[in-house]
Amino acid sequence: MAEQQTAIIDVLVVGAGPAGATVAIEAASAGRSVIIIDEQKAAGGQVWRAKSPAILSAPPTPESRAGDDLRQRLSTSEAVCLFDHRVWQIQPVDDGWMVALTGSKGPKTITAQTVVLATGAQERIFPVPGWTLPGVIGLAAATALMKGQMILPGQRVAVAGVGPLLPFVAHEIHRQGGEVAFVADLNGFADWSKRIPQMLRRPDLALRGAGWLARLRAAGIPLLYRHGIRNITGDGKVERVEVGPVDDQWKPADTKATRSFDVDAVCLGHGLAPATEATRMLNCRHHHDPALGGWHVTTDDLGRTSIAGIYACGDGAGILGAAAAPVRGRNTALAVLADLTDKARPPHSSATGNLRSVSAFGRAMTSLAIPRDGILDQITPETIVCRCEGLTRADVEAGITSGGISPNALKSDTRCGMGPCGGRFCQETAAMLTARLTGRRVEDIGLPTGRPPLRPLAIEVVASDFDYDELPIPAPAPL
Amino acid sequence: MSDIYDIAVVGGGIMGSGAALRLAEGGMRVVLLEQGDIGQGASGVNAGTLSLQIKRVKLMPYALRGHQEWKRMGAEVDYRETGGYTLAFTDREADLLHERMTMKQEAGAPISFISPNEVAVREPGLCRKVVAASRCPSDGFANSSLTGRYYRHRLKAANIDVREHCSVAEIHRDEPGFTLQTSTGPVHARRLLLACGGWLKQAAGMIGLDLPVRARVNTVSVTERGPRLVSSVIGHATGLLTLKQKGNGTVLIGGGWQGLGQPGEGGNRGRVDAESVLPNLRLARYAVPGLKELRIVRSWTGFEANVPDFYPLAGAAPGVEGAFLLGCVRGGYTIGPFISKLMGDFILGRETELPLFDPARDFTKEIQL
Ligand SMILES: Cc1cc2nc3c(=O)[nH]c(=O)nc-3n(C[C@H](O)[C@H](O)[C@H](O)COP(=O)(O)OP(=O)(O)OC[C@H]3O[C@@H](n4cnc5c(N)ncnc54)[C@H](O)[C@@H]3O)c2cc1C
Repeated sequence: MAEQQTAIIDVLVVGAGPAGATVAIEAASAGRSVIIIDEQKAAGGQVWRAKSPAILSAPPTPESRAGDDLRQRLSTSEAVCLFDHRVWQIQPVDDGWMVALTGSKGPKTITAQTVVLATGAQERIFPVPGWTLPGVIGLAAATALMKGQMILPGQRVAVAGVGPLLPFVAHEIHRQGGEVAFVADLNGFADWSKRIPQMLRRPDLALRGAGWLARLRAAGIPLLYRHGIRNITGDGKVERVEVGPVDDQWKPADTKATRSFDVDAVCLGHGLAPATEATRMLNCRHHHDPALGGWHVTTDDLGRTSIAGIYACGDGAGILGAAAAPVRGRNTALAVLADLTDKARPPHSSATGNLRSVSAFGRAMTSLAIPRDGILDQITPETIVCRCEGLTRADVEAGITSGGISPNALKSDTRCGMGPCGGRFCQETAAMLTARLTGRRVEDIGLPTGRPPLRPLAIEVVASDFDYDELPIPAPAPL
Repeated sequence: MSDIYDIAVVGGGIMGSGAALRLAEGGMRVVLLEQGDIGQGASGVNAGTLSLQIKRVKLMPYALRGHQEWKRMGAEVDYRETGGYTLAFTDREADLLHERMTMKQEAGAPISFISPNEVAVREPGLCRKVVAASRCPSDGFANSSLTGRYYRHRLKAANIDVREHCSVAEIHRDEPGFTLQTSTGPVHARRLLLACGGWLKQAAGMIGLDLPVRARVNTVSVTERGPRLVSSVIGHATGLLTLKQKGNGTVLIGGGWQGLGQPGEGGNRGRVDAESVLPNLRLARYAVPGLKELRIVRSWTGFEANVPDFYPLAGAAPGVEGAFLLGCVRGGYTIGPFISKLMGDFILGRETELPLFDPARDFTKEIQL
C-alpha cells in the first residue's frame, strides 16, 4: 500500500525550476520543513536544466552556470528534494493539503500546510499541415534535447514559429554541427525592433541574441521574417517543408511566393503558455492575459492564489521569464512564511526586488509570441488539431457548430483534448476556433475542468502491491 | 406577460431533457433552463453502465424499459449490448452474489449463474480467482460523453427553447404559474419541473421545500488506449466495480467510490479523492490483471442525488400546485430515458405505464409500488 508519511510539513513545492527552488531554499533557511518535488532528475527546470552525466565535460553556458549555482544552493539547504517523482493529485485535508505522488518506490502521500505550485510553462505549438509527422519537434523540446544531452533534432533542420527560441535553437543546431535549412519567423523585423528598448534592459541577453543572429547570417542561413510553414511532407517522416510569407496577423499571404526545402527535421514552436493543470484541478481562479502567455492562475503580488494555502510562482503564474523567476520565488517565500506565522491575519509583506525591471526582457519576449488570429489560417480543414484523438480542424469545427461551444462540452462531444496529453496541445487552438466561430473573445471561452492525474498514472505503480482482504470495501448498495 | 411557457424545465440532464421531449411531444410549449451545458452534469460524466445486475430489485421493471430506450437510441450514443459478468472473489462475496442476483432474476432480469471456468473461457482477460459469477446478456454500456450532443440535437429538433448557461436563482409563484429569475433574465411558465440532479435540494428550496436530498460524489477513471482485455461489462458482487473497455481501447473504471465536495462548491463538479480512487483501481487491477500495463489518464467525479430510502423522487412537488420534481434515481443513466417519459406523461395528465415515486412519501418506510 501507499507509503504513509505521518508528520505534516510546512511547505511543499512542486517544480524545482528557478522559482520553485528559490521558494524551497528561502523557506528552509527560515527554519520551515520543506519538501520540493520535480519529475526531472535534478533542479533547474526547463531553462537551467541540468546536463546529463554523459555530457558533463561540455563547455558551460550562462544557463548551465546559473543552474549549477541553484543546484548547489538547494543541495546545501535543509529542503528535502524528491526528484524523479511525479505529483498526480493535490486535495484538501483537515490540516492542509494532501499531495499524492509516485516515484521509483511506488505511490506516496505527503501532507503539507502550504503548497507552492511552480510548475512553469509548456510549449505552445499551433498545427500546420504535416506537423504530426515524425521529425517535427517543439522548439522547447529541441532546446531540452540539446541542453540536456547535446542531441541534435536532425541533420538538416527547419526552424520555424515565433519568439526568442527561434534564434537560440537555430544557433545551437549550427554550433553543435547541424545544418539549419532556414529560420522562419512569423514576426517581422519591425515586431522585433519595437521591443529593442525593453530588450536593452538586459544588454547581456540582447547582445547574445544579436550574436546568434549575426553568426547565422554569416553562415548564409536564410532568416525569413514574416514567414511561416505552409506544409510539412514526407513518407512516414519529415522530408520536405514549404514556407511562405504571412501578413501582419500571421495569415498566410501570397501563395505563389512559397519555397521548398529538403529537411529531415522541423523545430516548430509558438511561445510558451503557463501550465494550468494543477491550479485548474484545485479550482483556483484564473484569468486570461495575452501579455503573460494567456490563461494563468490569478495571484496577488506575492503568489497567493484565490485558495488559502495554495501559492503559485514562476511562469505558471504568467510568463515573465527566467530572470524574474527567482525574484518571484523569493516573494512567494515571503508570503508563505508570513502566512504560516500568522494564519488568522495574513500580515502585509511587501514584494522584494523590482519585478518590473527584471521581467522587462521576459515580457518583451512573451509579447512577441501573443498568438494573432491569422495563425488559424495556416491550419487547413484536414490538418490534425488534436493529436491524441486524431481530430482534424474540420472535426473540431463540426463539434463547435453543432453546439459544443464550451471547452467541456466540446471535449465531450468530439473527444478533443481527452487523450493522454490532457489537451495541452489542442486546447488553445480549439478555444481560438470556438471564439472565431461564435464571435466571442478567447477569454470568454474559458478553460476545461482540471482533473487528476496531473501526469498519466501507471496502474502497475499504484495498484499492484496490495492485499485483497485489506481493500477498504464499503457496505454494498441497498438491494 | 406575453411570453408564457406551458412549462419550464430546470436542469438539462437526462431527466430534464427526456421529460422536456415528452412534454413537447404532448403539445406543450417548453423552455429548458440549464446552468451549464446540456448533459454535462451526472448524465455526461457517469460510467455509462447499462446493467440490470446492479439495479435495485424494485426498480427492475423501470431498468428493463430503460434498456429498450437505449436500444432505440443506438449508435448515436454508442450503445453496446455486450452482456455483463458480476464476479465474486471470496465465499462471502459468493453468498452476497447469490442472494442478490436471485432476487433480481425474480424481478425479471435475465440473469443466470455461471461457473468460474466458463467465465475464464469467455473472458480470458479476467483473473483466475473468481469463485462465483453471474451473467446478464442484455447488459452493456453507452458513452455518457455523448449525452449532451444527443439531447441537444433532439431538443432542437423538437422546437424546445433551450437555454444553456442560464442558471435559475429564484422562483416566485404568481399568476398564472411561476416566474423564474435566471442569470439571463426572467422566465414565465404555467408549470415547473425541477430536474436538477445533485442540485435538487437547492432548487426545491426555491419553492419552499426542504427535501432530505443528499448528493453522493461518484468517481470514474479512464485509461489510455490498450489492447483488448475484456469484451463485456465487468462488475463485482458488492457493486464496487464497474469496468468496460470501449471500442477505442480505453478502459473505464467506476463503481461508486466516493470523492469530495458538494454541489455549489468551487468548480461545481466535485473532486477526486486519491484515498478512494486507489482502492477502486486496485480492485479493477485484481479483476483484470492486464490493466497493469496501462496508465490512468483521467479520473473525475460527478454528483448523484439521493433521498434516505434511495428510491426516486418523481411526481408532484408536495404542496406546490403546478410544480413537479424528478431526480434521485439510482442508476439514473439507465433508467433516465424511461422514467423521464413517465414523468412527462404524468404532467400531461396521462396514465403512466408504471407508477411514479411520490415525493411526499415517508422516506423511513419501505416503499409500496
Ligand atoms: C460519476 C457517476 C457515475 C455514474 N454511473 C452510472 C452508471 O454507470 N449507470 C447508471 O445507470 N447511472 C450512473 N450514474 C447515475 C446517473 O448518472 C444519474 O442518475 C443521472 O445522470 C441523473 O440525471 P439527472 O438529469 O437527474 O442529473 P444531471 O445529469 O446532473 O442533470 C441535472 C442538471 O441540472 C442542472 N441544474 C441544477 N441546478 C440548476 C439551476 N438552478 N438552474 C439551471 N440548471 C440547474 C445541472 O447543471 C445539471 O446539468 C452515475 C452518476 C455519477 C455521478
